[in-house]
Amino acid sequence: MASLPKPEELVKIDYNPPRRGWMDNPVEFRRGTWLYAAKPRHLEALGLPNPREWSPEEEDWKLPPEWREIVLEGFKERLERFRSLKLFMDICSRCGACADKCHFFIGTGDPRNMPVLRAELLRSIYRRYFTLSGRMTGKLVGARDLTEEVIKEWFYYFYQCTECRRCSLFCPFGIDTAEITMMGRELLGLLGIYPDWIIAPVANCYRVGNHVGIEPHAFRDMVDFCVDEIENVTGIRVEPTFNRKGAEILFIAPSGDVFADPGIYTFMGYLMLFHEIGLDYTLSTYASEGGNFGLFTSHEVMKRLNAKMYDEARRLGVKWILGGECGHMWRVIHQYMDTMNGPADSLEEPVSPLTGTKFENARSTKMVHICEFTADLIRHGKIQLDPSRNDVFKVTFHDSCNPARAMGFFEEPRYILRKVCNRFYEMPENTIREQTFCCGSGGGLNADENMEMRMRGGFPRANAVGYVREKYGVNLLACICAIDRAVLPALMDYWVPGVGVAGLHELVGNALVMKGEAERTTTLRGEPLKGSGDDENT
Amino acid sequence: MGVAFSLAVVGVLILAITLAVEVLGLRFLVGAVLPYVAVAVFLGGMVYRLLGWGRSPVPFRIPTTGGQQRSLPWIKPSSLDNPSSTAGVIGRMALEILLFRSLFRNTKAELHGGPHLAYHWEKWLWLGALVFHWSMLLVVIRHLRFFTDPVPSFVYWVEGIDGFLRVGLRALYLTDITLLLGVTYLLLRRFFIPQVRYISLPGDYVPLFLLLGIGLSGVLMRYFVGVDVAAVKELALGVLTFRPRIPEGIGVLFYIHWGLVCALLAYFPFSKLVHMGGIFLTPTRNLPNDSRARRHVNPWNYPVKVHTYEEYEEEFREKMKLAGIPVEKE
Ligand code: HEM
Ligand code: SF4
Ligand code: SF4
Repeated sequence: MASLPKPEELVKIDYNPPRRGWMDNPVEFRRGTWLYAAKPRHLEALGLPNPREWSPEEEDWKLPPEWREIVLEGFKERLERFRSLKLFMDICSRCGACADKCHFFIGTGDPRNMPVLRAELLRSIYRRYFTLSGRMTGKLVGARDLTEEVIKEWFYYFYQCTECRRCSLFCPFGIDTAEITMMGRELLGLLGIYPDWIIAPVANCYRVGNHVGIEPHAFRDMVDFCVDEIENVTGIRVEPTFNRKGAEILFIAPSGDVFADPGIYTFMGYLMLFHEIGLDYTLSTYASEGGNFGLFTSHEVMKRLNAKMYDEARRLGVKWILGGECGHMWRVIHQYMDTMNGPADSLEEPVSPLTGTKFENARSTKMVHICEFTADLIRHGKIQLDPSRNDVFKVTFHDSCNPARAMGFFEEPRYILRKVCNRFYEMPENTIREQTFCCGSGGGLNADENMEMRMRGGFPRANAVGYVREKYGVNLLACICAIDRAVLPALMDYWVPGVGVAGLHELVGNALVMKGEAERTTTLRGEPLKGSGDDENT
Repeated sequence: MGVAFSLAVVGVLILAITLAVEVLGLRFLVGAVLPYVAVAVFLGGMVYRLLGWGRSPVPFRIPTTGGQQRSLPWIKPSSLDNPSSTAGVIGRMALEILLFRSLFRNTKAELHGGPHLAYHWEKWLWLGALVFHWSMLLVVIRHLRFFTDPVPSFVYWVEGIDGFLRVGLRALYLTDITLLLGVTYLLLRRFFIPQVRYISLPGDYVPLFLLLGIGLSGVLMRYFVGVDVAAVKELALGVLTFRPRIPEGIGVLFYIHWGLVCALLAYFPFSKLVHMGGIFLTPTRNLPNDSRARRHVNPWNYPVKVHTYEEYEEEFREKMKLAGIPVEKE
């Protein structure tokens, strides 16, 4: 693994494009900026093409002999299947409005990280093989031949996009470079080119039910660990059930919340909340993953992984599904699930058993976001909260890309946040809500070997946190995404040391006043409640 | 390279037209044949494009949400930036098409010492693009007076408003100035903003030079050289009514203007200018964000291989039983 440059070094970014045109600049695979290649056994487990040992650093990528035909055939098929792709290939005016909207461009200055050029990587091939003018005049209209160099360039730059869609918000034609990246990744996939960091979780999730490959008994152990921890802090023993038929609600969280710090505190928050309101719910070990790295692989793999949710809900006979805090998980549920694996005939329109609220906005998918659910509970006064238990924190909130730009999920978490903590400060307006900046590690890029690129991509987000840290002394970054919880701690340590990361329901868990609980002296993390947040970390 | 090449293309076009009209005497070709070819290519090309886009389905509902979703009744949704109804979508699209809503969000990121990232006010592109497009539209509407007899009243209104400035006895059309200013601005930013220069292709310069050529020749005719307007109208109406005639007394400047417009029309469907049609179809803007409330159907949704619960239990049954997790088959 490459050593990570110091922040002072990393921040010396040159935004001036090189003299040479981008087509004449082959990619250099510098360590720290790309992902390792997928191991053949994972591809085999999923039945994906061309399993083999290879490495991006090597000259020979061991492509199948007819690789060019495969890519062009796949391209054609996708042009016929996705109006988005076809349209986005044709209508870009190269106005450049998207250029400095991408966190990877801001963090690297690499022109091919301008969304418009990222799209041109594909568009140049589209022109050459699918338009008359490109076939006839070639480079003059920005067309170029499909070579192995192009394939390498695609791999480098389509895995330097977190599919965050920030660019698409600013584009006058709504061109969504995330969509283009998804297509580019699918084409690479046809040749068996995947990063291990994405395909290993996919293979795990497919067979074992979740990304890290936690087997059912171990899953139960991990949940039980959370149960014990809750008892330590509150004196109350919560009793989650597993694969229980006849429960009213199936609860699915991203598996990161079950096994990794600081996600487990969020998971504890969920369990405490459900216990306190007496929710009739079950967890599933088969559908033990809310996240879906299939989104970062291909539409088909996304569908294959997502199918478990409805299948398990049907098998268990629940009425509806409640989903935990996770970003890309919710992109899949909100924009793809019903279309891919619906209609969810076995389920009923979700109604909160506590408040009677009908979740009209989820009446077809029958899946409700935990923040919608909790906000509704609070609004109806169904739970008692003591926000002062979060007084050790000065909180700011990171809008995760997918809930922000693929749902419009802004007020629900903020409403909860204002009820569970007393000190909440927003980051500058160009960096939150629909304009939020990615953590820099989404889209399946959160591998250790990619650390330099992650720190670069996360720079705009971290910089905005730094701003509120300086101005208000913020010491906690709240979020509603499992990838965020996994990657933001490293990002904060690198750019803004002293800022912790927590899921929203961790703060709910802290503030939740439970019937019969022992007096709380610590947060869920076991840190003292009293103790002054003001002089901490200074 | 892109600039020189594009400039050369437009230069050659102008030369060719001049040559054809002045030396070869091919007035009929330029004045009465070329427009039919150009319009046919334009219409055929646009239909081809639209059908091409239309043939590909929209498998998923993927709007980019620019504001609060509609969820709980007491949370105010942002009905234009994140519409959940058809009316909202129409509103959002109208804002995009008429006012370039998304471009209005534009900012400029700058890295200052510290390090401190700042996002500066940058509405010039929005303003320039808006001024250019609206001027263009109004200029096109004003030109209808050459193609209609009697001239519809809205054309006179547009002329009246547009021409409220007077130079001597003649109206000075505001849109003539703003059109040229707009195009010039769009061109200059391509020259001077390093990133924009870097991404620019000949296909980005050609339309701008063409528009500049059209605009300048028009302005020259109207304000400086003069042209026999009655004769031009005769030509235009003749072409429109399929009885093309070439009246006497029309100078070469007019043929240059006319020829460049034909070139632009014929080029339109094969260039980035198709954004005029494409913007209406863009799936990140023209769909309501209601995919959890109403199922979106994908016409090519196909069955995929999944790992079923039965297969899963088969593998883990013993472990599940030991852990006290219920199983289907004991
Ligand atoms: C529904 C009609 C149209 C809409 C909504 C529309 C919208 C836009 C927008 C939002 C841009 C991006 C901003 C920019 O680059 O300036 C643009 C660019 C452009 N449009 Fe249009 N447009 C339309 C029709 C036309 C027509 C009829 C032309 C005529 C020839 C045209 C010529 C151009 C040119 C040349 C550019 C690129 C400017 C540059 O190079 O920077 N547009 N258009
Ligand atoms: S903002 Fe849209 S139209 Fe402009 S360069 Fe980027 S992708 Fe192309
Ligand atoms: S989707 Fe995000 S990461 Fe990808 S090009 Fe756009 S702004 Fe950059």
